[in-house]
Amino acid sequence: MLRPRNATHPYLMIAPTLLFLVVFFILPLGVAGWRSLYRWDLLTPPEFVGGQNYARLLETGEFTRALGITLTYSVVVVAGCLVLGLLLALALNRPGKFVGFVRASVFSAYVVSWVSVALLFVWMLDANAGLLGRALRGIAPGGMLSSPDTAIHALAGVTIWKITGYAMVVFLAGLQDIPKELYEAAALDGAGRWSRFWNVTWPMLRPTTAFVGTSSLIVSFQAFDVVRVMTQGGPANSTMVFVYAIYEHVFQNFRLGRASALIMLFFALLLVLTGLQLWAWKLGTGRREAARGAGARARA
Amino acid sequence: MAAASGRTSRLIGTWGLNLALFAVAALWLGPYLWMVLGSFKSLDEFLHAPLAPLPASFQLGAYRAVFQSIPVGRYLLNSTVMALSIAALQIALVLPAGYALAKLRFVGSRFAFVTVMACLLVPAQVTFVPVFLMLSKLHLVNTMAALVLPFGASALGTFMVRQALLSVPDELIEAARMDGASELTIIYRLLAPMLVPTLVSLFLLSFVFHWNDYFWPLVMTTDDEVRTMPLAVALLREQGTGVRWHIVMASNVILSAPALAVFAFAQRHLLRAVAARH
Repeated sequence: MLRPRNATHPYLMIAPTLLFLVVFFILPLGVAGWRSLYRWDLLTPPEFVGGQNYARLLETGEFTRALGITLTYSVVVVAGCLVLGLLLALALNRPGKFVGFVRASVFSAYVVSWVSVALLFVWMLDANAGLLGRALRGIAPGGMLSSPDTAIHALAGVTIWKITGYAMVVFLAGLQDIPKELYEAAALDGAGRWSRFWNVTWPMLRPTTAFVGTSSLIVSFQAFDVVRVMTQGGPANSTMVFVYAIYEHVFQNFRLGRASALIMLFFALLLVLTGLQLWAWKLGTGRREAARGAGARARA
Repeated sequence: MAAASGRTSRLIGTWGLNLALFAVAALWLGPYLWMVLGSFKSLDEFLHAPLAPLPASFQLGAYRAVFQSIPVGRYLLNSTVMALSIAALQIALVLPAGYALAKLRFVGSRFAFVTVMACLLVPAQVTFVPVFLMLSKLHLVNTMAALVLPFGASALGTFMVRQALLSVPDELIEAARMDGASELTIIYRLLAPMLVPTLVSLFLLSFVFHWNDYFWPLVMTTDDEVRTMPLAVALLREQGTGVRWHIVMASNVILSAPALAVFAFAQRHLLRAVAARH
């Protein structure tokens, strides 16, 4: 740490960043909290209603429904990403051109826009013109996207396809962090492949798993693009996830107070999830230090 | 004998795994290929033989239709200008902020750091309503400013630069000060070149995210003039009547090609940027 040459320097250096962040992130959050206490349709002046917006969201069951739908979608996405990401990382954790090519293929979906991927799969899932839609006619005669029972799962499947590459890359980094000495020690003890996986890889990867799980949970809680392009919240509101519900309140119903209340509830949930992620991250740093210690012990 | 059969079963295992991995690659690359092939089909083929893998003849009609119905060049330019401006602004601001937080002792530095980190918790989906109202009061909705300014500062980038600067020795900065270098020279001429890997990561993450972004341009624009490519392509489908999949897929090829090109070009850096965040 250095003494600034001039007492004003540090403040001048950080001011532009803080100004942008306060104006576009912190103040808007405060405004949303304040406006959530008003009834407001943009045309007439806002009217103070206290906690009524929150009460309506809970009474009408809208909050519970949005939570249920978002959770259903998120659980499928997180489970899919964890399992596929881990399996792919284990299979692809070695050098070689072919392996690199497979890694790049899977990860490429993460780089392409949500709009591209969503449009591509709307077509693929179309009951008449789509490759997958035709194949799935047995379980979804009108296409998975037009039935309230299957639409949310179709969205989750597309999301898994899109972000598994991310999970895979993070798992690969986690695998690289495991000290080789631990495997050597296990091999000296006569441990086979399975035993090495269960006794070394799996416990050492637990923090990575927690990180991938929580970050894909947060990403799927914020889902919007895929819903907007593929189902617009339908059919029969069966894909009305949080952000899409907020969007509809603002741009279709012009209920800004109600939207703000839903935003605040959504934000509270995100804070809980971030708390989880922070816990996972702490677990990670603790584990990594322990791993280094264990590696050193195995060497000694 | 036993050794030979062990070798054979291992060989079968290796080939089995390779076959499975080949299927994995096909699962991810297949849809793109299907999209490209579909974009060369004609409407007639879509109606009568939608599952034929190859188009009867490679038609450019769908692409012609895309260029006729939307100003593709304009939208690609908008997307690029927006994403580049955001990335440039972020890099310019992130350096002094990260330097102050990592290297300078001042009252309130802890508070400033916590404020920056707190912004990581607030996604655009939470702020868009008040920001939209504020920008419309300033008559900035439907301008490039509404797309760029809200992302001018990057909390993640500030954190990344601060972390990277923590490992730069203070003596180096002291020596530069002795030589009479100004603080701005130290930040942009001395430290920035040392931070190139971090800045490349930030640039790629930011550029790819904003080039692809759909949510923010959707809620901040109603006007064709400042629309970005993802928005235009999504709208093209909404406006389409009936089955015009060949046109939608042609526009989708145009939309995804630049992202895939960036990926092919900067694959190693992008993978490192993503892996380093955990």
